Amino acid sequence: MTVSIRIPTPLRPYTDGEPSVAVEATTVGGALNFLTTAHPDLSKHLRNEHGKLRSFVNVYLGDEDIRFLNAEDTPLTDGAELTIVPSIAGGVA
Amino acid sequence: MTLPDLSREEIARYSRHLILDEVGMEGQRRLKGASVLCIGTGGLGSPLLMYLAAAGVGRIGIVDFDVVDASNLQRQVLHGTSTVGIAKVQSAAQRIADLNPHVQIDIFEEALTSENALRIFEPYDVVVDGTDNFPTRYLVNDACVILGKPNVYGSIFKFEGQASVFNYQGGPNYRDLYPEPPPPGLVPSCAEGGVLGILPGVIGCIQATETLKILLGRGDTLSGRLLLYDAMAMSFRELKLRKDPTLAPITELIDYQQFCGVPANDHDQDHSQVDEPFQRIDVLAARDRLNSGWKPYVLDVRGASEAEIVRFTWADRLQPHGDVADIANDLPRDRDILVHCKMGGRSAKACAALADIGFPADRLFNLDGGIVGWAERIDPSMPSY
Repeated sequence: MTVSIRIPTPLRPYTDGEPSVAVEATTVGGALNFLTTAHPDLSKHLRNEHGKLRSFVNVYLGDEDIRFLNAEDTPLTDGAELTIVPSIAGGVA
Repeated sequence: MTLPDLSREEIARYSRHLILDEVGMEGQRRLKGASVLCIGTGGLGSPLLMYLAAAGVGRIGIVDFDVVDASNLQRQVLHGTSTVGIAKVQSAAQRIADLNPHVQIDIFEEALTSENALRIFEPYDVVVDGTDNFPTRYLVNDACVILGKPNVYGSIFKFEGQASVFNYQGGPNYRDLYPEPPPPGLVPSCAEGGVLGILPGVIGCIQATETLKILLGRGDTLSGRLLLYDAMAMSFRELKLRKDPTLAPITELIDYQQFCGVPANDHDQDHSQVDEPFQRIDVLAARDRLNSGWKPYVLDVRGASEAEIVRFTWADRLQPHGDVADIANDLPRDRDILVHCKMGGRSAKACAALADIGFPADRLFNLDGGIVGWAERIDPSMPSY
């Protein structure tokens, strides 16, 4: 099924400036993999060297944090909207 | 607690609050009896401090160790041209005193640290986080959790902002949102990435609103919600924020620089101690060598917008530092390559990236100080930014 992933400003340089990317997937993890296959430079910003989602990057399905759902195994329905929300500090990072 | 009375002048000043049922005499006296500590007097702190002072919060503490710089004035409207060069806390105190002389202002002209945070926070009802870096954000959060104080959060990047209320009435805190900070370098800074000047104004006003609601005990705060603001799309979104039961309780303050992976003394770091796969040359030495016939290939690794502000006319190529590997085949292998950015940080990363793909260390030169260092020390006719 087709779902959309909203890309935050700090990560848009890795999606050719696109604020939203449509992917085909049945789970949250599958959607993220689809995204990083299409945009490989994004991978290291989302996952650590062990392939785990980084702890300063949150992913929301609708308005719910996937950490409080079934994490990357959370199933998706057609038209679902995922949002990536990285931590931002302002000023000197 | 008995609330302080309002003087005749204060009643006249706050009349638009007093005729609001939701504030009224009692609410205004509550504000007068309340105290707020604002960490940072920059982009977020500017609107926040002015509105809290104007609203009649009785006691406001301000923490900052920085000095007003001309480049702050694009967004830090608390300060002004007349206060460039003076301490931000002094500049802020002057402006607040002019806006509302009924406010008691406590000045902390120091960096917030694990040693002083609990002492500084202790007397205040609410702490507002207007900082610009991860170590201080985690420090503010943890100190608020330990002392049981609400932490009104705001953060910005380019055109996007976040706001929430942490640690309020048993609600989640910053660590529930982000258990750990990103390693340095993975997120560009505002100094590198830029920020729309009005953005911190919007987010700072949201923080001021939430602070007043907490002090008045009115309305629904952002506790348990993360508000996202996108200035370009002009959209607000709201996400749920929950307590993470798997996190260890916060019981003491730690070394937040180390926690965030920041070198203890970044600017004074002695690079000669580090074995780097490239050479370093400061702006004065580079000028001398260039004047005596050195002909390196000059690679500018800043963004295109920066190159429009100022550039070396003798640069050969502009390529953002994250993408230098893409042009490896265009770069000469038999010549020295002088790499520069604004200050020397991104160009060092670019040098390391080029070394990684086989450029020899004795051919790669990082311009320490960057184009801004050159403008300051060699050619003052060049604009700085």
